[in-house]
This record gives sequence, C-alpha cells and structure tokens, in this order.
Amino acid sequence: MSVTSDSKNNYSLSVNVQNKSYKNLNNASFLTAIKDMDFKVPDGQFCCLLGPSGCGKTTLLNILSGLDNNYDGNIQFDDDSSPQDCGVGYMFQEPRLLPWLTVRQNVEIVTQQTSEDKDLSDSILETMGLSKNLESFPSQLSGGMQRRVAIARAFINKPKILLLDEPFISLDFTVANRLRNMLVNIWQQQKTTIIFVTHDLREAIFLGDRILFLSKGPSKVIYDYNINLDRPRDMESKDIENIRNKLIKNNPSVITGVNK
Amino acid sequence: MGSSGDNGMKDLFFKNSISLRIFSFLLIIVIWEVAALLVQSRVLPGPLVVLEIFWGELFSGEMLFHLGITLWRVVLAFFIAMIVGTALGIIMGARKNVNLVLDGWHILLLNTPALVTIILCYVWFGLNEVAAITAVALNKIPNVVVTIREGTRAIDTKILQVAEVFKLSYKKKFLNFFLPQLYPYIMASARGGIALIWKIVLVVELLGRSNGVGFKLNEFFNLFDIASIFAYTLAFVAVMMFVEFCIAGPIERRLTKWRQT
Repeated sequence: MSVTSDSKNNYSLSVNVQNKSYKNLNNASFLTAIKDMDFKVPDGQFCCLLGPSGCGKTTLLNILSGLDNNYDGNIQFDDDSSPQDCGVGYMFQEPRLLPWLTVRQNVEIVTQQTSEDKDLSDSILETMGLSKNLESFPSQLSGGMQRRVAIARAFINKPKILLLDEPFISLDFTVANRLRNMLVNIWQQQKTTIIFVTHDLREAIFLGDRILFLSKGPSKVIYDYNINLDRPRDMESKDIENIRNKLIKNNPSVITGVNK
Repeated sequence: MGSSGDNGMKDLFFKNSISLRIFSFLLIIVIWEVAALLVQSRVLPGPLVVLEIFWGELFSGEMLFHLGITLWRVVLAFFIAMIVGTALGIIMGARKNVNLVLDGWHILLLNTPALVTIILCYVWFGLNEVAAITAVALNKIPNVVVTIREGTRAIDTKILQVAEVFKLSYKKKFLNFFLPQLYPYIMASARGGIALIWKIVLVVELLGRSNGVGFKLNEFFNLFDIASIFAYTLAFVAVMMFVEFCIAGPIERRLTKWRQT
C-alpha cells in the first residue's frame, strides 16, 4: 500500500445541507438555493449531479470544497472527518489556469513542490498527452488542452474527493468526448471519489456510476438512479441511448430543464 | 525597375526601428547645432561645446560623483515609494473601510505641490538626507496608491479561489496568485515613477543639499554657465535612458512574457 492511501479512509461521504440561502444587506434571506439536500456517496464512486441551470449545483460544490462555510448542515465522512481533512480537488467550469505560469508550473504550484511532486506532475501531464507543451503558457493552448491541464492539476494531490463543475461545457463534441475518456481513465487509476455536476443527461449516463437528479431551486435530490453499464462505455452506443430513453419516458418530471 | 529598387532600399531603411531612432536623434542634434550657429549666444551653446564640457567634467571626476549621489537618492526614494505605495494601494483597494479612512489624506497628499512637501520636510526634519528622501517619496507614494488600488479592485477572485480550494499557504497565494495580477499596474507606476522621482530629486537637492546634480545645476545657474547645465542634463538623461532600456525594459519583458504570445 502506498503512503498516500494509508492516510485515507474508505468511508463514504454524507452530504446533508438543510438550508443554504443568500442574504441581502439587511441580513434577510432573499434566495434559498438548497433545501433539505441529503445523500451519501460511497468511496470511489463516480457520482453525477444532474439538474437544470441555476439549481444551485455550483453552490453545492462550493460548500463541499470548503469555499463556502455559510450554510446549515453537515458534510462528513463516517468517521466524522471532513472532506477538507482528506483533500479535495476542484475542477471549475472554466480552466482557471494561471496565465503567467507555464503548463508544468500550473500543475506544480498546487503541490508542496518536492522533487517527487515534480516527477509526478510531469507523468500526470504525460498521461494527459501534454508532454510536448510543458513549457507553454496557457494562452498558447487550445480550450481542450487547457482543460487537460486543469484535470492534471485536480488530480496531482491525489484528492480523496474530486469535484467537477460542468468542466466540458463549452467544448465541441469530439474534444469533450476525448476528455471524458481521459477523465474516466485517470479516475479508474486513482480510485478517487468523484462528484460531477452537469446538465447533460447523456454525459451523466456515459460517465457516472450513479445519477442524482436535482430539482429546480431550492434544490434537493428528487431521484437517485444507479447506472449498471460495463466500462469502457461508448458515448454513441445503444446502451446509453436505451437508458436515456427509459429515463426520459419514466421520469419526465425529474428531467425538466436539462439537456436531454 | 529602378524605382522599385529605390523603394526597396527605403523600406529596408525605415523598417528598421533602430535606424529610425538614430535618425531622429541625429535630426535633433542638427537642429540644435543650426539654431546655436544662428543665435550665436552664451545662452544657447551648440552640441559640440556641450560635448567638450561634458568630456572635461566626466574625467575631472566631479560629474561622476554628483551623478552617483543623485542616482543613489533616486533609487532609494523610488524603492521606498514603490513599496509603501504598493502596500497602501493593496490595503485600500481590498478593504473598503481602510479606504474610507485613508482616502481623504490620500487626496490631500496627492494635491499638495511637490515644493510644499519638500519645504515642510526640510523645516520639520532639518536639512538632512532623511528629509530629502522622505520628501521625494511622499511626492510619489500617492500616485503609486492610485494605480495599485485600481489594480487591486480589478483582481480576478476566481483565480484566488483556486489557491483556496487547494489549501495553499497565504504566502503562496499572495506571491503566485495575487501579486502577478498586479504586475502590469506595478510596472506602469514604476515607469512613471522613475521619471517623476528624478525630477523631484533635483529640486530637493537644489533647495537643501550640498551635492548632487540639482545642487550643481543651481551653482551653474548662479554663474550663468548654461553650457555646463546642458552637459549635466545630458549626462543625467543618458543615465536615466540606460535605466529605462537596460533595467526597466528587460524586467518588464520578463514579467509579461506570458502575454506576448
């Protein structure tokens, strides 16, 4: 067993947000973003959160990542440790690379920058097919390549939980598909728990072990669906199409507002 | 065919920015010499006369000493003004309440004439080096604050969130995620800063120091030695151009390398 996995538990993560609202200047709440959201993610699961735009998905990720502590509720593993204790990775909707750093520096900067970290960052960038671009600046890369750097950065610290916020939203179909495959590969290698936010049903079926359907705001889980499909999967396969049609037919109410 | 060849030559000559710079430099020398010849007066010595004096002063040792003293004051005042101004600018840009408290004083200082600051510093702290440097720095600090405060308000917090999510140290967050966003603003105020500061340093020297370029200029003024004034001015402008092209320029190119793509 490697050192890094020793320090990690195998517990599942319980997410319970009773209330998250935004307050105006008079301290009166004017918008309830999340209400009675309650679910559990087993260790190593690829869990997709699917919901319409503006349903509070990003708000939830900000809470899970520790960026936002202003909510009523509780997020912890079964042994009472919080996600922040075990390491959280976050891949934002935009790549959010530092434009003044090279590709290599962008990944190294979030580590302790020991020589092992440097070797690891080179090898993870190689996995993402970026060995030829280590010294490039982000402005010299295509949108898809910038996302790959962001994926490498998200995985470099071997986080216990990885949060992804519609990371492939503004890419064309082929590029996005390549990146989805890369994401699944690296997830299978590292056995990270993933919480992946999307509003694209097909993407969720392709990627996830499970889909949690969220309601319009105030957001909560309205349907929990396990995807029993072998990997590797094919985005354009019949299987995905069948699951998609079944979901649309049987649960028309839970998939309003998402990309079918 | 002949004419197109001429055009080619012309293009080659003017395309080269260095030759254009040299051309413009020679042009002003020629205009100066012609004007001096026409006027034939002590108050407008020609470039050759000035060059002769410049050469003499340079090797007598006097000029290098005064240039060195002035340059030292410029450098010291520059770094003090940049560091204090940047720190204040960041705090005022980031904290609304601090800005509300300091903004009045800031506007007051921004609009105080350089001469007033200099006189008050000499009166309060005595005719010494500390007073001189303080006076110069106080003149530049408000300008630095204006630029850096604007830069701080334009900081992209999405970039800072990356540092927060990855639980990076405050030091790393500041040096790698915050400060680089301010580089263009820091460079802009440094560029304007050098030019402003050396002009004010001369006034400070003229009013209360017994060495430096400003002191010497006053001496030449009293002796009505216009040629020496030209020679000293020329020398100091040359030094400042060296600073601009050989120090400030390369640093700026290095810091903004990522944008030139």
